[in-house]
Amino acid sequence: MNVGVIVFPGSNCDHDCQHVFQNVLGQSVQMIWHKETSLKGIDAVILPGGFSYGDYLRTGAIARFSPVMGAVKAFAKDGGAVIGICNGFQILLEAGLLPGAMLRNKSLHFICKDVHVKVENAATAFTEACESGQVLKIPVAHADGNYYTDPVTLAAMQANAQIVLRYCTPEGKVTPEANPNGSLDNIAGIINPEGNVLGMMPHPERCAEDILGNRDGKLIFQSLLKAMKVKA
Amino acid sequence: MSLVITKELIAQHNLTDDEFKKIVEILGREPNLTELGMFSVMWSEHCSYKSSRVHLKKLPTTGPRVIQGPGENAGVVDIGDGLCVVFKMESHNHPSFIEPYQGAATGVGGILRDVFTMGARPIALLDSLRFGGLDTAKNRHIVKGVVAGIAGYGNCMGVPTVGGEIVFNDIYSLNPLVNVFCLGIAQKDKIFLGTAAGVGNPVIYFGSKTGRDGIHGATMASDSFDDQSEKKRPTVQVGDPFQEKLLLEACLELMAGDLLVGIQDMGAAGLTSSSCEMASRAGNGIDLDLTHVPRREPGMTPYELMLSESQERMLMVAKAGKEDECIRICKKWDLDVAVVGKVTGSGILRVLNQGTVVAEIPAKSLADDGPRYERPYSPPGYQDMLTNLNYDALPDVKDANAALLALLESPTIASKRWVYEQYDHMVRTNTMVRPGSDAAVVRIKGTNKAVAMTVDCNSRYCLLNPYEGARLAVAEAARNLACSGAEPIGLTDCLNFGNPERPDIMWQFVMAIEGMKDACEHFKIPIVSGNVSFYNETNGLSIYPTPMLGMVGLIESADKTMTQWFREDGDDIILLGATREDLGGSEYLKVQHSREQGSPPYLNLETEQAVQSCVLQLIRSGLVQSAHDCSDGGLAVALAECCMSGPDQTRGAVVRLTPDRQRNDSMLFGESQSRVVVSAKPAQRQAILEQAQQMGVPAGVVGAVGGVSLVIYVGDERSTTKTVDLPVATIADRWGLSLERRLSQE
Repeated sequence: MNVGVIVFPGSNCDHDCQHVFQNVLGQSVQMIWHKETSLKGIDAVILPGGFSYGDYLRTGAIARFSPVMGAVKAFAKDGGAVIGICNGFQILLEAGLLPGAMLRNKSLHFICKDVHVKVENAATAFTEACESGQVLKIPVAHADGNYYTDPVTLAAMQANAQIVLRYCTPEGKVTPEANPNGSLDNIAGIINPEGNVLGMMPHPERCAEDILGNRDGKLIFQSLLKAMKVKA
Repeated sequence: MSLVITKELIAQHNLTDDEFKKIVEILGREPNLTELGMFSVMWSEHCSYKSSRVHLKKLPTTGPRVIQGPGENAGVVDIGDGLCVVFKMESHNHPSFIEPYQGAATGVGGILRDVFTMGARPIALLDSLRFGGLDTAKNRHIVKGVVAGIAGYGNCMGVPTVGGEIVFNDIYSLNPLVNVFCLGIAQKDKIFLGTAAGVGNPVIYFGSKTGRDGIHGATMASDSFDDQSEKKRPTVQVGDPFQEKLLLEACLELMAGDLLVGIQDMGAAGLTSSSCEMASRAGNGIDLDLTHVPRREPGMTPYELMLSESQERMLMVAKAGKEDECIRICKKWDLDVAVVGKVTGSGILRVLNQGTVVAEIPAKSLADDGPRYERPYSPPGYQDMLTNLNYDALPDVKDANAALLALLESPTIASKRWVYEQYDHMVRTNTMVRPGSDAAVVRIKGTNKAVAMTVDCNSRYCLLNPYEGARLAVAEAARNLACSGAEPIGLTDCLNFGNPERPDIMWQFVMAIEGMKDACEHFKIPIVSGNVSFYNETNGLSIYPTPMLGMVGLIESADKTMTQWFREDGDDIILLGATREDLGGSEYLKVQHSREQGSPPYLNLETEQAVQSCVLQLIRSGLVQSAHDCSDGGLAVALAECCMSGPDQTRGAVVRLTPDRQRNDSMLFGESQSRVVVSAKPAQRQAILEQAQQMGVPAGVVGAVGGVSLVIYVGDERSTTKTVDLPVATIADRWGLSLERRLSQE
């Protein structure tokens, strides 16, 4: 599989995503500078974490105007698989590829720690290597991960099983205490109605190797490979 | 410029009459205002090390692994596989008191540039912080601001903040310390130095535009504070981490090509220091034309341009003919870039503006010929009063449970989770041991190796005996590395002291240097970079001497990395090293008896080395499950930390300590050195004890992991009194949430 990792000015998890796909999963990776306008030959697109354009305005608000985003939208419209992680998720929201918006964390602080998320929908291209209801331990690292959307959209997302990951306790209970940032409905990750675009706040690329003490994140990428019928 | 240089003007520039005379001698004339400003920053304590240099020369700086010692932007140490680590620590104390967020943020920015300017990609940051007590709103404001500033800059840069340490003591209320350590990885054959070699080569400015911020920052950092210090806020720079991220990527791209001769960041003293230091190192001169310097606003004078400390700027000397390629790369990253001069053979830093020469100074005079002082030093009269302490007058501990809880809750010992959860400590996916263990460990991708890092200094020990305090700091740092499975390979320092013009302060400094020297020579650890911060005093009150150390260790096989927490119920708990009567200078005396007195703990370097070698050996042979050094709060606190600092779950322990004439409090809370708590499967007991005996290290099984409480019996095997008996849930709560609770007061 040929994975395209988009590099915005200020992206800082681009190398981490490259490392996982290349060295852990043995796939070929192309780093795509944000000024490029074509995604030719790319099988899946990753929008990595970081602080695109410094995020001095709203997170992702400037990145969505980057030239490459036109190509990303077209790619997604054609059914191409797109994963936005952390800042990548924020950019997908700003670009309208996923519904909703991010508010500042309830604590008003940046939060970096392991959290647990429950796989609410294991029938997606990004979770099919997981069991339904499986609890994954994956770290978060963000200041703006407090997901919000209007009640109508939320209801539609719930009805369509678009809420893929919810913050939960280690035992899998979705409780307010397990919610690290105040996110609506404990939302940690969502997909679009078509199921080919995923946005998630936790960083699966940070927990995909034994040497880092945790491989839960690898399941997200293995799901993608499975869906794309690629051997890892 | 027709301005007359008056006595007042000279004094305003923090120059003495003799220093001014020397400037006139060098130039053969009176300087103009721009030149006066340039001399004043370059000859400031901050840039010239005029009070410290004669003593710093005593420190050991060489070793088989050392590629670059002090004198460059950062030190470089070989780790094999064609790679090296590049590291340094720097202070940003004064700015952080005046404006906590920006002061700390730009401290992070500055040290990052020092590392990537050498050709290294920064992969880890650590911070050593000193604050006043948390009972005042002002101190809480400084803590929150500094932590937010470090987070704001480091997180955006995508460089993980993997560790550090924080000590709270009211002596730092008006002089907080912010010392930032950064480590990067580079290819051994691709190290870049700050040199302006090759006459005719172009000098290129890139990065942010130059503004009026930070003018005279270096001079401000070389002065004591008084009640008016907050008015110095305009001398604090404002950081833009996004711009620095672009600068980092642009630099590494420039360095990947065959384009550069030399490169240096514009830190303290901005354009002045970068140009004259690069020229001086190469024995060359530079013609610098300010006309082309990118600037934020019109009307800036040559004086302002040369002294501005605007952040996120670099100066590079390119190979002739490569200008266009350099400019193309900078523009790709949306950076301002301009050719602003060229290297000359004159040895003169000549500054032009709109066709007029505005300054003309021998580069070497500016960079290296600053004054050197052998300041007088003598111990203060109060020193004996500090060390003499009649322990018989202090009652032994009555309620050890309460004393342990009080220690665990004291901000210095309490968990720093509230702080490090605000730092991205995992980005770059190398962090094997996260904040909260003895040392942070990051793996080195592409190899089987890992690097361990720690920052340490017990400044109370240094106050009570600066020589011993410095030796103890070296020993503790090395012990922290050993407990992680690493062998020390190099050291960087950040020497924070009061006013060097005072003989008592200078005595503290000289003694601390001697202590560092002796300990480093004994352990064969080279000091490869460092920084001195003097004048940490306000209204005549000086901080405790704080020679902060950042030590780096190598783990040859990353799978032999060790952590401090207990791992399995039923494991033996073994104490390596002997417990002496060492209450002097302890956190216990401060918390329980409000005393910061006595002699610091006894340290024998041979014993220390034996204990460290033993721990390393045990870790490498896979015999132990955990290893934790005993430091602040002594054995009881170390055991509590072993029980509750693990990332996933806490564990209880039952321990029996048999005193050898010691008081109970010194048994539990005394800070005897050269001690390590290890845990191991009972099947390994014999092998461990034999190994320790062979190496001459006292060792004994003191208890077992298990249960839901920490229970400590003090007395012989017949004694049935539980001196300490606390549910781990209770100690974890008090220790884990103390900082958060104190900081959430209004």
